[in-house]
Amino acid sequence: MPVLSETLRDKIKSYIPRYPSKQAVTLPALHLVQEELRCVPLEAMREIAELLDLHPAQVQDTMSFYGYFRDPDHKLGKHRVWICRSLSCMLRGGEELLRSLCDKTGLKPGETTRDGRVTLEFAECLGACEGAPCMLVDEECHMHVTPAQAMLKLAELE
Amino acid sequence: MATSFEPVLLRNVGVKDSHTLKVYRARGGYEGLQKALALPPGDVVARVKDSGLRGRGGAGFPTGVKWTFLPKDHPGPIYMCINADESEPGTFNNRILMEDDPHQVIEGIIISSYATKAATAYLYIRVEYGLSFRRLQSAIDECYEAGLLGKNIQGKQGFHLDIHLHRGAGAYICGEETGLIESLEGKRAWPRIKPPFPAIEGVFRKPTIVNNIETMACVTHILDRGVDWFRSIGVPPDPSNPRDIGSLGPKLYCVSGHVNKPGCYEAPLGITVRELIDDFAGGVWKGRKAKACIPGGLSMGFLTEAEFDTRLDFNELQKKGCLGLGTAAVIVIDDQTSMIDVLYNSCRFFSHESCGQCTPCREGTAWMTKILARMRRGQGELSDLDQLAEIGGGIGLTPGTTICGLADGAAWPVKNAMQKFRPEFEEWIRSGRRSEDPLGELLAHH
Repeated sequence: MPVLSETLRDKIKSYIPRYPSKQAVTLPALHLVQEELRCVPLEAMREIAELLDLHPAQVQDTMSFYGYFRDPDHKLGKHRVWICRSLSCMLRGGEELLRSLCDKTGLKPGETTRDGRVTLEFAECLGACEGAPCMLVDEECHMHVTPAQAMLKLAELE
Repeated sequence: MATSFEPVLLRNVGVKDSHTLKVYRARGGYEGLQKALALPPGDVVARVKDSGLRGRGGAGFPTGVKWTFLPKDHPGPIYMCINADESEPGTFNNRILMEDDPHQVIEGIIISSYATKAATAYLYIRVEYGLSFRRLQSAIDECYEAGLLGKNIQGKQGFHLDIHLHRGAGAYICGEETGLIESLEGKRAWPRIKPPFPAIEGVFRKPTIVNNIETMACVTHILDRGVDWFRSIGVPPDPSNPRDIGSLGPKLYCVSGHVNKPGCYEAPLGITVRELIDDFAGGVWKGRKAKACIPGGLSMGFLTEAEFDTRLDFNELQKKGCLGLGTAAVIVIDDQTSMIDVLYNSCRFFSHESCGQCTPCREGTAWMTKILARMRRGQGELSDLDQLAEIGGGIGLTPGTTICGLADGAAWPVKNAMQKFRPEFEEWIRSGRRSEDPLGELLAHH
């Protein structure tokens, strides 16, 4: 039984005409897989390799380079929350914001709540420095975030 | 100069629905493209070259000159890669252009692809920029529908262009142009040894131009408003230096850190740090004084407050010992902030983002971070300062020990701190003080 559904395979295949080399579809494929499975299992990498005419080790090599992708031992929660720790945010309380979220959730950066709802991460510069400190919740960036507002955002996530 | 200056790159920002084709067109959009398509491609290259436009992504290489490095009469394909992996701490101008005026950027990409005879453009965008991605994709969709992308664009026989968005995966090194190319090809983003430069052999082993988002926006206006207009803004070439091409055109300056009004401001190239902080960013916050600033994104090093009258252009910052203008992102640091904490933050960033390919960078950035972490715990020694200066002097393209410039960016803040703030570090070490680390044991290894 393949790990990747037929729909997911079709989505991956739809990227192939964009590039003269199938290997270039590696990042789009890893994104699609992680979005659905919340991690990239080894079997998924084998199946990506098969779709893209690669050796599984090539997919593994790329996947493991980017900290964005997770293996099954570090599976992501339903939502991913990033707090920026780089200089512009640090100067305006970014590290204190991260600390406070860690204390209130009992998580260390990188960990996921027991119910699998939220993964908390530190980020290097999120590119929202005018709104420091900032946080990224999945695909939405929030600026000038106080610890209380951040906890509210977390509580709103389903 | 500053008083008569009208924003051009930001002119649509804040206008309702500025990201839509309808509004962009109503405000004069795609007229630059019409003018470009009336010219042969070689003339478009000549105009961009004559304008003196220098790449806005960090290195400041003349854009038109870069385009002339493409092989003559190449049978193709030639590729455009647009670098939207904006990750330099303090920098967010590309994000604002993509979110609020994506068509201005796309118009520049279409013009540049016409000039360089590229039929495919890949826009490599960092994955964290969700709204930028959505706005760009919807703008691209509008362009296909309006005949601005696809086959025989605007009735110009033989001019075809597709733009594909390609999302990164959270790695700063993908902003380095050959790291970007490797990543786009589906590999780990290890920068390539140059030469060959991408113009000769780039993505998929074909001639490739890699340009920044803000550079693309400038191209749009050079074709629309003309070379003379562009050259009337900024710092003209130094007549006594025949190799200087000046610092011409408008620039998006990002201001963050300890100011009252952090933001992205457009000004002629050559505005001083002090003007930027006082006239645009509302001055230093809480009535305090500034101690220092990062003048152009974290990797450019530090200016002391006494150096704030330095012009933010392509020539002046080197004279103050900084690496360069970089992305022109100014991070202001007030006088209550410890430079030990600031430098630790900087080293931690570069250590985290070193791609690991070159040993001096991988190990050097890690050791600088460890030394500073120890110093923050009150266990620093005076000899650590010489050690930091030595590591900082030994890693990077400058001493010739690494493949790309990431290590230079890591080293510069350290070198500048040792030159300009050494007494503060010495006093810190002698006092045995400790720094409160809010993250403490939570981040033991990063």
